[in-house]
Amino acid sequence: MRPGIVLRPAVILLLLALVLQPEWFEPVFAPLAPEGAPVIYARSSLLSLSLSHLGLVAAATAAATLVSVTLAILVTREAGAAFRPLSRTVTNMGQTFPPVAVLALTVPALGFGAGPTLVALFLYGLLPIFENSIAGLSTLPPATIEAARGLGLNRRQRLIQVELPLALPVILTGIRLSVVISLGTATIGSTVAARTLGEVIIAGLLTSNTAYVLQGGLIVGLFAVAVYDALTQLEARLARRSRATSTP
Amino acid sequence: MQTIATGDARHRVSPPGLLFAALGLAALFGPFMTLAANRIVAGEGVSIWAVAPPSLTLPGVVAVLLGLVLGLPAVWPRLRLLGAVLGLGGLLWLLAQGAPAMLEDGGDYARVSPAIGFWCLLTILMLLMADALAQLAPGPLMRGALLAAVLGALALILWSGALSPLSVMQEYSSRRSAFIDATARHLQLAFGSLATAAVIGFPIGILCHRDQRLRGTTLPALSFLQTIPSLAMFGIMIPILGWIGDTVPGAQAIGIAGIGFAPAFLALVLYSLLPVVANTVTGLAAAPPTAIEAARGMGMTPGQRLLRVELPLGMPVILTGLRIVLVQNIGLAVIAGLIGGGGYGTFVFQGLNQTATDLILLGALPTVALALVSAIVMDILVELTRPKATRTA
Repeated sequence: MRPGIVLRPAVILLLLALVLQPEWFEPVFAPLAPEGAPVIYARSSLLSLSLSHLGLVAAATAAATLVSVTLAILVTREAGAAFRPLSRTVTNMGQTFPPVAVLALTVPALGFGAGPTLVALFLYGLLPIFENSIAGLSTLPPATIEAARGLGLNRRQRLIQVELPLALPVILTGIRLSVVISLGTATIGSTVAARTLGEVIIAGLLTSNTAYVLQGGLIVGLFAVAVYDALTQLEARLARRSRATSTP
Repeated sequence: MQTIATGDARHRVSPPGLLFAALGLAALFGPFMTLAANRIVAGEGVSIWAVAPPSLTLPGVVAVLLGLVLGLPAVWPRLRLLGAVLGLGGLLWLLAQGAPAMLEDGGDYARVSPAIGFWCLLTILMLLMADALAQLAPGPLMRGALLAAVLGALALILWSGALSPLSVMQEYSSRRSAFIDATARHLQLAFGSLATAAVIGFPIGILCHRDQRLRGTTLPALSFLQTIPSLAMFGIMIPILGWIGDTVPGAQAIGIAGIGFAPAFLALVLYSLLPVVANTVTGLAAAPPTAIEAARGMGMTPGQRLLRVELPLGMPVILTGLRIVLVQNIGLAVIAGLIGGGGYGTFVFQGLNQTATDLILLGALPTVALALVSAIVMDILVELTRPKATRTA
């Protein structure tokens, strides 16, 4: 626990400083920029790029969570069991399709901008959430389910009051994996003109300005670390709570 | 399988089959192909009935419909598989008949390409095939044979030239040698980085398996590497390798330079290390304690134990790590196109810059196909290395 107490605020402070006061870091990045070239990305505000980046990831993950959890609930019921192999195939294919290829293939249909990125992140994020939801919902302790049935809870009540809360920590693990992958993958969206932090990195690639590349990469990496950490904390808290309630 | 036992009439129809049939019928009404005046402008959709004279479209449409209907009965998975194959055949027939017929009255620079209706039907029929195969649950060797048959048929169709009037194929024929170069480069990037990561990653994984402390530092470090966005990883490699190429004598002679192949390759290797090392550690730890005890009781040295017990038992997990790496690298290698690293990404980004959809497809379709085929092949390998007792269970 001890390193977390120091590291966590340090990561968050560094992240805030990089996004809000990028000019503070000019001396750090200056040796990496080509002579005479700007050191700090100024074509658009890093704050707005970060917000747009996080917004895209949040929207795609929310959609992927909604679809995956709904699918997982359906295929773990008796009536939907026939769809289980199919939904597995679909989510598996979603992650086998390279995100860059998905971006490129959706551009003709949706045009340049945020649309293709949302589709690519959504497809890529389905599998971890779906697999974890299935695992969470199908490995519940039979004694608990029996007890819920014995209490006279109907199917819907069992699902909402017992099964979903118990499966929640495992589902959250899936969401965490999905979010972390999406945070990095979203940068590729800027190749098709989505507003993400990838814009900074691509500007660096095109003008061979490593200062830009590092700046963009560092912010995205720190966001991934911070989100990963926050969700891990949340999972641990939930797991502790569900253990506390299930063993009175 | 339980559906047969219950004999319930309601279950005689496969619910996914019903879904496919409904979606497939809807897709029949979407534009099946597009006709554009040249390679840049947006095309106009043509419905499935109008792509060619009725005498030519009818057999194709009938085959697609019949395929969807054959997908309905739940109890005959073989019939459902046959339906999927029949439907896919119908789709190809329609493409092959439609393309030349539409070009005839389109003008010199006209381009025909498959449209949303075609892609939807293709997806639906492929899902029907996957669903039927999941029901049949063929063994790994059978799956390999099926994959080979599908790839063989695809190669034969492409080679026969039946689809060459399509715009993607026209892009291909004007860039044949560039396409072959890109394919070779893409394979080098994806498989070369996989092999390199395996050579570096296995020993690290084995050391981490032995040494708790080393594991505690190595895995977080590799996880950190993975949080660097792929785009930035490629970007960071450029100055590092550029510097090495400029300062280390002889480095440039073996191709180490700031742009091109080397930075892309190194970025892919770094990305691959975490799955390889982490899965090696998990795989080696998967050997049940009783097996380790038995090996120790037989007087095996730690080295023998590793080779004869832990590695064989951990192989499925280790190979799963390689599968993740391979599929991921095939996709990420596209980004190499941005930094002059070659591969299919070259076409994708050229196409995006020129808003030439056909060129995008020429880069993206082989990438998707390569990723899907690699995933299937690796899944088969994983299953083959799984101990027999658990394979049938």
